[in-house]
Amino acid sequence: MEDQLLDKSVIETGEMILNMGPQHPSTHGVLRLKIHTDGEIVSKIEPIIGYLHRCFEKHCEQLPYEQIVPFTDRCDYLASMHMDHAFSITVEKLLDIELPERVEYIRVIVAELQRIASHLIAVGAFGLDVGAITPFTWTLRDRERILDLFETLCGARLLYNYIWPGGVSHDLPPLFVERTLKFLDYFDPQIDELNDLLTTNKIFIERSADVGVIPADIGINFGVSGPSLRGSGVNFDLRKNEPYSIYGKFDFDVPIGKGEMGTVGDCWDRYYVRVLEMRESAKIIRQACAQLPAGDVHVAMPKKIRPDIGEVYGRYESARGDVGFYIISNGKNIPLRVKMRSPAFCNLSILSEISEGWMISDVIAILGSLDIVLGEIDR
Amino acid sequence: MTFSKIQKHIESKTQSKISIEEGKEAVFVSPNNWIEIAQILINDSDLEFNYLMCISSYDKGDNKMYGVAYNFYSTNRQHYLEVRIEIEDGTPIPSIANIWRSADWHEREAYDMIGIVFEGHPNLKRILLSDDWEGYPLRKIFKEPDYYHGIPVPKDKSYWD
Repeated sequence: MEDQLLDKSVIETGEMILNMGPQHPSTHGVLRLKIHTDGEIVSKIEPIIGYLHRCFEKHCEQLPYEQIVPFTDRCDYLASMHMDHAFSITVEKLLDIELPERVEYIRVIVAELQRIASHLIAVGAFGLDVGAITPFTWTLRDRERILDLFETLCGARLLYNYIWPGGVSHDLPPLFVERTLKFLDYFDPQIDELNDLLTTNKIFIERSADVGVIPADIGINFGVSGPSLRGSGVNFDLRKNEPYSIYGKFDFDVPIGKGEMGTVGDCWDRYYVRVLEMRESAKIIRQACAQLPAGDVHVAMPKKIRPDIGEVYGRYESARGDVGFYIISNGKNIPLRVKMRSPAFCNLSILSEISEGWMISDVIAILGSLDIVLGEIDR
Repeated sequence: MTFSKIQKHIESKTQSKISIEEGKEAVFVSPNNWIEIAQILINDSDLEFNYLMCISSYDKGDNKMYGVAYNFYSTNRQHYLEVRIEIEDGTPIPSIANIWRSADWHEREAYDMIGIVFEGHPNLKRILLSDDWEGYPLRKIFKEPDYYHGIPVPKDKSYWD
């Protein structure tokens, strides 16, 4: 019996294909991974996407500019404010309009709150992927407070339709700034608690340090951006390098991966960059709240958006990375073409490259550390 | 570098194989010269366009010409470039997926949506739509099918308004 088990002619030793998803809790949505494995070792991954394709770009060709904003909301549903903001600044670039100071400050405050909310999901879900369940409940609890703030702001908790080309839909409600500052006072110690519980946890480090290393040059070649690229030690953040809106006025740092627990660019670095970025976002919100000027938020909003013939490419640093909108206008109130460069789309394309040689359980960790949102990949 | 400097630099390196259009900050390239120019964009020490941000395909709306816009960025030198290739329907464009790996999925998307063929692409198949989809939905002449896998597509959309 034992001899028969060890007999290579009886045991299948070839490559095996393992399907993960599209219905799988660890793929963060409807993503299907076709994993080629040799035993437990991964040799190649083919991500199969498109299960959540909702024809965003086709819809854009049939809608006036102001009606596209609710659709951008639904692209990245964990950071809707960022998508609205990215689309709005691109349209404003096309229209060449100047915004009131107050609008810019409000946008920065909500965008940074959104960044914290999105990163809370990212770090919590990453912990969940590698087996830490408690931190996820903690981060969701804190995110809930931000969603409550957004609810007072525009009535919606996830899909806001708040930032419009030329302004924002409503001015800040009474006590919003006070509530935001109160939240930040509450939130800062929570990061320390998260660090105690998860970041420095030995089991967590064992699972994430040295795993799935993205070398900086390969990351750039694949078009990886955002915290996933900064985790590889590349100091590149559009808010710092190409300041849009009023980010040039604020004092904040760009955290990068230093390889404290292993190699530069491993899963732990990508995770920790997000934790540090939450602190930096809190810093920006405090400064913006302190400087918030008075004014009317609707004054620059165009009655009808009808840009001249031309095209524009706008970039924006969202929670997942570099969002780009390429808009071609033919002089009508409906765009000729809207192409969205989604950061998670490019970040996911590197998965096969960095997962090679790792075990299937590590693929879950690597995928979690890339922080993908399928709504944005499939559009 | 500013756009005009980049344009002059590429012109001097390639014996003017690029053209520009009045009022547009984009370099127009013919598909025949594209690989040569792409190699210069990434390797030239003054350009160093190592980051391919986006490939946007578009339909010009005249049922004949289709275009691709490449948006490049240099993380070392922090400058931008937009390269455009406009072709007639059916003309292939050389693939740059082995120079910038990010082009791989973007070219597949352009093929999927507009039907532009990228010659030399390692795996040119549909990416967002299913493999059995017929037609290229972002072409202006695309008509939605009457049936999809035997299921009738609803045509009466009056209740949408």
